[in-house]
Amino acid sequence: MPIARDDVAHLARLSRMDLAEAELDHLAAQLDVIISAVARVQEVAVEGVPPTSHAVPLVNVFRDDVEWPCLSAEEALDQAPAVEQQRFRVPRILAED
Amino acid sequence: MAGELTRMTAAELAAAIATGEVSALEVTDAHLARIGEVDDAVHAFLHIAADGARQAARAVDERRAAGEMLGPLAGVPLALKDVFTTIDMPTTCGSAILNGWRPPYDATITRRLRQAGVVILGKTNMDEFAMGSSTENSAFGPSHNPWDLSRVPGGSSGGSAAAVAGFEAPLGIGTDTGGSIRQPAAVCGVVGVKPTYGGPSRYGVVAFASSLDTPGPLARTVLDAALLHETMAGHDPCDSTSVNEPVPPVVAAARQADVSGLTIGVVPELGGEGYQPGVLARFGEAVDLLESLGAKVVEVSCPHFSYALPAYYLIAPSECSSNLARFDAMRYGLRVGDDGTRSADEVMSLTRAQGFGAEVKRRIMLGTYALSSGYYDAYYGKAQQVRTLIIRDFQTAFEQVDVLVSPSTPTTAFPLGERVDDPLAMYVADLCTIPSDLAGNAALSVPCGLAAEDGLPVGLQIMAPVLADDRLYRVGAAVEAALDSRRGHPLLDEAKGLAW
Repeated sequence: MPIARDDVAHLARLSRMDLAEAELDHLAAQLDVIISAVARVQEVAVEGVPPTSHAVPLVNVFRDDVEWPCLSAEEALDQAPAVEQQRFRVPRILAED
Repeated sequence: MAGELTRMTAAELAAAIATGEVSALEVTDAHLARIGEVDDAVHAFLHIAADGARQAARAVDERRAAGEMLGPLAGVPLALKDVFTTIDMPTTCGSAILNGWRPPYDATITRRLRQAGVVILGKTNMDEFAMGSSTENSAFGPSHNPWDLSRVPGGSSGGSAAAVAGFEAPLGIGTDTGGSIRQPAAVCGVVGVKPTYGGPSRYGVVAFASSLDTPGPLARTVLDAALLHETMAGHDPCDSTSVNEPVPPVVAAARQADVSGLTIGVVPELGGEGYQPGVLARFGEAVDLLESLGAKVVEVSCPHFSYALPAYYLIAPSECSSNLARFDAMRYGLRVGDDGTRSADEVMSLTRAQGFGAEVKRRIMLGTYALSSGYYDAYYGKAQQVRTLIIRDFQTAFEQVDVLVSPSTPTTAFPLGERVDDPLAMYVADLCTIPSDLAGNAALSVPCGLAAEDGLPVGLQIMAPVLADDRLYRVGAAVEAALDSRRGHPLLDEAKGLAW
């Protein structure tokens, strides 16, 4: 099933990447080729085969509950793009109306 | 003297430092000088930490002078892939989105290296977020193969492999998600190991595909790789997927270097059509060599390995699309277009479009597609079932044999630029290495000669069961010793890309 240009634009939107038109065209052609190639997994008979999400089966791994030094506010904010009142300053998250 | 120091192995350097024959500072200075001479041409490093390295070397010399017992790699320099966090150096992952980022903490492996007195020379180039097989996906320009500067050093850990092959460092560290240690090691003519998944800690390793990412050593000899493996591996409570088992005795196995009594399986699915003739010829000779050294060689079919590449290119991008969602322009890294009028959502989208390179964008979108409702079962779900079948292929094979062997890569180092905009051609470079990433078992690449048609290195891949990493070193060291003795010198003496 070929992937349409609109589908690729939708994927870019879902992935939060504001891609230029030319970039979308280029990626759409490449993604179509890649998806056709990886679709080969559908040839394999897998009825009743459990999926593997992880090669090493580990469940409920916990550390001991001990006190642990953490970053100071200054250290945590040191690489922030913008800081205000000892907090991360971010662009508005709500629409203006 | 400086030139001689850079030709020595890590084991030789550590011994010379321990006896006081040479100081750690002299060793570090010799390697910094070599970097100064050749790295403009190789571009193995993104960041050279000359001051920090010399300070770490001096600390080793002081500890020795005070009569302290030093670890087996104390004072030995190392090239660290730029995906490990380092509190005193930038960590970019080869991406513009992290250009100049200074992490607030050291990765567990970084910390263990420092404690062991290993001298970190700097951070090495890589494909962006470890996605690629050539380093051409680095935002900071590609690295070059010391055998032929017009060719790729492999990837994604190509900077570390090139640094080791170019005698800029005796040791390197990489990460292997689909072959990113073994493939560059093979095409640069050095040793590279993907330990059992969960052996070395992922804490402080910027995540690409969390169920696959495995840190591991690169070195010029199997013994050096083993010494580094034992230094970097071991249980870490900070990594919930870290295996709480003793590190396999890899150094003893490398010293044993004996294959007599072992049964070795050749995987027919990893060979044949699509493989370069010179690669197949050297691989065939390596198999004959193993037999002459006393191993029993049999053929073992792993029928689902043919589906490993498509399964991998669904699983890895799916995990990548989720992991890389953290680059949201809010708390660290690049932020673009925050002019007071745009929303957080718009700033995020502009930043990610500008900050990520083409391959990362392809994989994020591919993963987003494979995880989308309506496609999940047909793609990601199916790939996870194929992953189970590949694990079962390994289990069946290891009931019959001690290790499996194959070529490490289908071809030798390809020319820079040849595959950079042809994703499928690039992905095929990891054809032989991907099965062990999906199954989590251990695998190693050791040089086994030069391909006749282009005079470039060929790697022999050895695969062992989960937590039987020591078998890799036993077999790899035996192959290395036999080939070095037959040749009369190490293979890297024949690398012609760099002057001395």
